Amino acid sequence: MSLLEVKNLQVRVEDREILHGLSLTVNVGEVHAIMGPNGSGKSTLSHVIAGKPGYEVTGGEILFRGEDLLAMSPDERAAKGVFLAFQYPVEIPGVATMTFLRTALNAQRKSRGEGEFSTPDFLKKVREVAKRLNIPQDMLKRGVNVGFSGGEKKRNEVLQMALFEPSLCILDEMDSGLDIDALRVAADGVNALRSPGRAMVVITHYQRLLNYIVPDFVHVMSKGRVVKSGGKELALELEASGYAQFEDAA
Amino acid sequence: MNIALAKTETRRAVEENLFTAARDRLPGTGKVVELRQQAFEAYERAGLPHRRLEDWKYTDLRALMREVLPLAAAPDAAALQRAKKALKSVTVADACRLVLVDGVLAPSLSDVAALESGVHVQTLREVLEDGSNAVRADLLQNGAMSGPMIALNAAMATDGAVITVDNGAALAKPLHIVHVATRSSAASYTRSFLKLGHAAHATLLESFVAADDAKSYQVNDAVVFWLGNGAQLQHVRLMADAGDATNITTAIFTIGAKARLATFNMTSGGGLSRYQGYLTFAGEGSEVSANGVNLLNGRQHADTTLFLDHAVPNCASREVFRAVVDDRAHSVFQGRIIVQPKAQKTDAKMMTRALLLSDEAEADNKPELEIFADDVTCGHGATTGALDESLLFYLRARGLSEKEAQALLIQAFVGEAIESIANDDLRELAISTAQRWLAARG
Repeated sequence: MSLLEVKNLQVRVEDREILHGLSLTVNVGEVHAIMGPNGSGKSTLSHVIAGKPGYEVTGGEILFRGEDLLAMSPDERAAKGVFLAFQYPVEIPGVATMTFLRTALNAQRKSRGEGEFSTPDFLKKVREVAKRLNIPQDMLKRGVNVGFSGGEKKRNEVLQMALFEPSLCILDEMDSGLDIDALRVAADGVNALRSPGRAMVVITHYQRLLNYIVPDFVHVMSKGRVVKSGGKELALELEASGYAQFEDAA
Repeated sequence: MNIALAKTETRRAVEENLFTAARDRLPGTGKVVELRQQAFEAYERAGLPHRRLEDWKYTDLRALMREVLPLAAAPDAAALQRAKKALKSVTVADACRLVLVDGVLAPSLSDVAALESGVHVQTLREVLEDGSNAVRADLLQNGAMSGPMIALNAAMATDGAVITVDNGAALAKPLHIVHVATRSSAASYTRSFLKLGHAAHATLLESFVAADDAKSYQVNDAVVFWLGNGAQLQHVRLMADAGDATNITTAIFTIGAKARLATFNMTSGGGLSRYQGYLTFAGEGSEVSANGVNLLNGRQHADTTLFLDHAVPNCASREVFRAVVDDRAHSVFQGRIIVQPKAQKTDAKMMTRALLLSDEAEADNKPELEIFADDVTCGHGATTGALDESLLFYLRARGLSEKEAQALLIQAFVGEAIESIANDDLRELAISTAQRWLAARG
């Protein structure tokens, strides 16, 4: 059984159809890149998988380990192992990062029928992960993402990914707003999390990110559909020729 | 017209009767009786405040409170027993507790014997009956300044705590005044005083709670604070009266020079309430932080109204108010800042924010700045809105249920007002009160 199966997905926002019958299959251990021009529906796909309100699914289905993902609330999806790394992680003033991390981790564990982490065990785990990702302790003492630079926000997303250990990571435009050094740090963090038991879907406009996170498969999206799939060389091809040819194809 | 007049006449007769009927229960003789009579007449002339009075625009007591209930009976042994049970929910370690049951100080539930040196406590009853004429008159004197409800309080006050802290005394333990209501459909009137000498330091906590089945009662409380030069006071008030009770409280602060006042009020109980604070800077170089939180649901109506008078130069004030309003509840915040002509170098800021959790919830924020001096820094802001959907989704995408995500964001929202409480135990108490309210949302 595949980890994620998106079948003929049709999605509307208000009166506009954004996805017109998109299909995608992702197995554990695989890294898929989804590329496409602005407005092709890449971010919509990531939002619909994570359960963001405001999207109306008018056709098709999404199965996660064979279960109907669309029937689940966003928190149920998180507990099942779906993780969306946000393009623009929000700032939450007044909510301490550590409180947030502990509440989220324990909520997921509780939902799976696992025991909650004790405070010392939790602290130990966070410190360990933060150290591995080169995240300074004082970042953890601030409000969630409050006053963080673009790079720090993305690193905080990677920290959560490492802490929650999801089986499906969706990285939505992880490279947006990052300079090359910050991008390298974030990508190193992501690469460290690649494992045979985990799949990743990397959404990006630019080929640049894929130099750092090298995918197994590349899909090109245009006008709400996948118009071409291939290996990592497809990304290089796109870099050379641009998206125009696919816009015509769609 | 005639019918309305006739109704008013009937009401007046009933209320006059209230005062006459209560007279035997009201401590004090001679001048005190005279002052009470005058105060009651002042109340009678005005009647319950109504929406055509600007300060009461959003809280029309004629429509919402309708009538003044008869005085609650003095507590008997059974009432004290019930009050004792109710105290469990508001116990603070190390605090020196003064308990008023249905408007009467209950020595058996209080720690009057274990006071720290430098602090002196008498009951209002004692002072009104045995104090010197000048002192007795002083205690009821503030009645005229703040309208009919404080006048009614002066007329009807049965008891309260009269606390003085010596010059230079720094109290290690918080003083804790607890109001417990045990009688249903009755009113209690209390009036307390806290006078801090020069450079004295104190912490005062006030709690309002109901005994198990006390319902539909009315509380009218007044507290008068004096801060001497260099004095520091941390004041926290947590109002958790029964859900259908009425609580009208007036707090009057007079702040000396180079003094510091941090006052915080949280209203989570009561069906109808008004907390009105009158703060006056009487000496230069002082700082005030006046914060508050309303946590409301059902059909609660809670009004916090602060009048802050920068009467002298070189003082700073900060007001942070947060309202969380669910169901069909109604929150009111009115903040008036007056900067008198000579109050140069005033630094005054006020921020009020309301969070509406349902389509039928209502919040009124009314900042009013009256600035008559030119070299000042004054600012205010007011916002009303729902929880931010993008923040909620972020938290839910990380595994928090809808209620958990809301609770975390609401705690952060009220936290901005609570964090000013310097005393760790009291801050924790305010936080846990908010958490209990959130948990009760289910």
